[in-house]
Amino acid sequence: MTATTRREPAAAGIGTWLSDAWQMVKRNLIHIRRTPELLLDVTISPIMFVLLFSLVFGGAIDVPRDSYINFLMAGIFVQTIAFAGIYTGVLLANDLKNGMIDRFRSLPMSQSSVLTGRTLTDLLRATLAVAIMWLVGMAVGFRPSGGVLGGVGAVGLMLLFGFALSWIGVAMGALVRTPEALQGIIFAAVFPLTFVSSAFVDTATMPDWLEWFANRQPMTLVIDAVRSLTLDGTGGPAAVPAILWSVGILAVCFPLGIWAFNRRTLQ
Amino acid sequence: MTHSDTAVIRARALEKHFGETHALRGIDIDVPEGRILAVLGPNGAGKTTAVRILATLTLADGGEATGAGVDVRTHPAEVRARIGLTGQFAALDELLTGRENLDMIGRLYHLPGSTVRRRVGELLARFDLEDAADRPVKTYSGGMRRRLDLAGSLVAEPPILFLDEPTTGLDPRSRLGMWQLISELVAGGTTLLLTTQYLEEADRLADQIAVMDHGQVIARGTADELKARVGGERLVVTIARSDQLDAAARAIASLGGEPQVDAPQRHVSIAVNGGDGILTRAVRALDAAGVAVDDAGVRRPTLDDVFLVLTGQHPDADMQAASSVDVRELDEVPA
Ligand SMILES: Nc1ncnc2c1ncn2[C@@H]1O[C@H](COP(=O)(O)OP(=O)(O)O)[C@@H](O)[C@H]1O
Ligand SMILES: [Mg+2]
Repeated sequence: MTATTRREPAAAGIGTWLSDAWQMVKRNLIHIRRTPELLLDVTISPIMFVLLFSLVFGGAIDVPRDSYINFLMAGIFVQTIAFAGIYTGVLLANDLKNGMIDRFRSLPMSQSSVLTGRTLTDLLRATLAVAIMWLVGMAVGFRPSGGVLGGVGAVGLMLLFGFALSWIGVAMGALVRTPEALQGIIFAAVFPLTFVSSAFVDTATMPDWLEWFANRQPMTLVIDAVRSLTLDGTGGPAAVPAILWSVGILAVCFPLGIWAFNRRTLQ
Repeated sequence: MTHSDTAVIRARALEKHFGETHALRGIDIDVPEGRILAVLGPNGAGKTTAVRILATLTLADGGEATGAGVDVRTHPAEVRARIGLTGQFAALDELLTGRENLDMIGRLYHLPGSTVRRRVGELLARFDLEDAADRPVKTYSGGMRRRLDLAGSLVAEPPILFLDEPTTGLDPRSRLGMWQLISELVAGGTTLLLTTQYLEEADRLADQIAVMDHGQVIARGTADELKARVGGERLVVTIARSDQLDAAARAIASLGGEPQVDAPQRHVSIAVNGGDGILTRAVRALDAAGVAVDDAGVRRPTLDDVFLVLTGQHPDADMQAASSVDVRELDEVPA
């Protein structure tokens, strides 16, 4: 028999879709409440990064801003968001190992809400991370002079980028066999991307070929836009490309993630 | 089968490959409304694969399957609205409490909140989980998990139910409890397909039995029909020592007939043709031959014998050991 299309949720209105996604978010929040260590990567780690980078490198790195901490915060924000976003894939891969996915498969729910619920929860985690970093940053001298609108714009852009990355995580979580393997891939891919960017240093100090790459990769664009929004109150030249990258990643990885998840769970 | 036109669970020529493994080689299944089919087979026979296809969790490579007349391939969501599934391995959220698990499942069936609360309360009470209801599932025992998992598939009172090895791994007391629950369920009119490795379980619970082996249904019928295929009553003697099997077979042969020897079980058996006092004569003959006997009895053939006749081997050595005692209790005819 040839593959016929499966019609997913028959009577799925937006109402049932929302309600299913909410059930998934609620489940994830209960997990966090009962296993608070699930929040370490969005609480302790970013605090450590803010403190270490600002105190250890603060005096040693020249940046085109009035202080290193003001320069640094955008980089720390986006790095944390990026890790938390892709880490979604590890959490999903854990879900896939667990029999619960079979239960969901047998229920008349919107199947993609398992994924939507996962990524929405991670958006909440990312918001928490941003709030904590903002406060810790202010305690060690971060002075965002971009005003309320600039701040709101920066947070909005970061969350959009984080949401897009969490769909990369979903696609990878469904494609990679084990959560451990995925953790390795994240480390090998995201670390170089954050370091070869404008997160911690001025890209003009890099060798030309590296600078060329650093200036064009999405992390730099998002970091530059966030930096400009928080410090100057305007998006600067990076804002539009940063938004386009985020939307582009979403447009590719949202359907890819759902496809990979279906393929993985239906075999 | 006679009921195929009204079958609520129906499969035709189902095929499934996993790489090199041919897990299903074209099986047909029919379960009429309100009836129970037990799919009986050893590990690896393809039972879980068949259930997963029927419950929309896996796509078949060939053939067709319907639930309540709806195609599982093209309209999975509509099938899901009518089925409940309790898989071979518990599909529960370990961090959620028992009540939270059931509540979530009810809401994912899109039942109204008040209905969910009522059903969850009823099920927790009926499955003896009220005391543990507000503890995370990770603190539950194996039997409690099985009960909660079964409760999960009942929240929406689905007319079709799939239970994949519902009692495997349970202690005898929990198994009896589970049988009781399942019997009550189907008395309510649910159409049920259950899989099992336990011959006794199929015999006890099901109207019809499909025996599966290596991805095929190798026999089907009622427990009695299957037993009839193996012939009438047999005298079965369990010998104490393996090295006396040959001597025992010779002694038994002197009573008339062709003895069958099952070495791993240390069983020697012959067909009984209504002769009186056969048990006494057998024990005397064995005693005279110096054979030590552990157990002897005349019994109706069991489903285990059916398997032996159909495939020439025992379904599974582990299962054999686990179920032989129960089977004898069920089927032994006092001599
Ligand atoms: N996801 C899978 N990937 C590869 N092989 C599988 C998979 N599921 C089942 N099989 C194989 O298919 C056969 C039938 O398995 P299964 O349906 O689980 O049998 P049963 O439930 O009767 O024990 C076995 O040989 C098993 O190893
Ligand atoms: Mg199985």
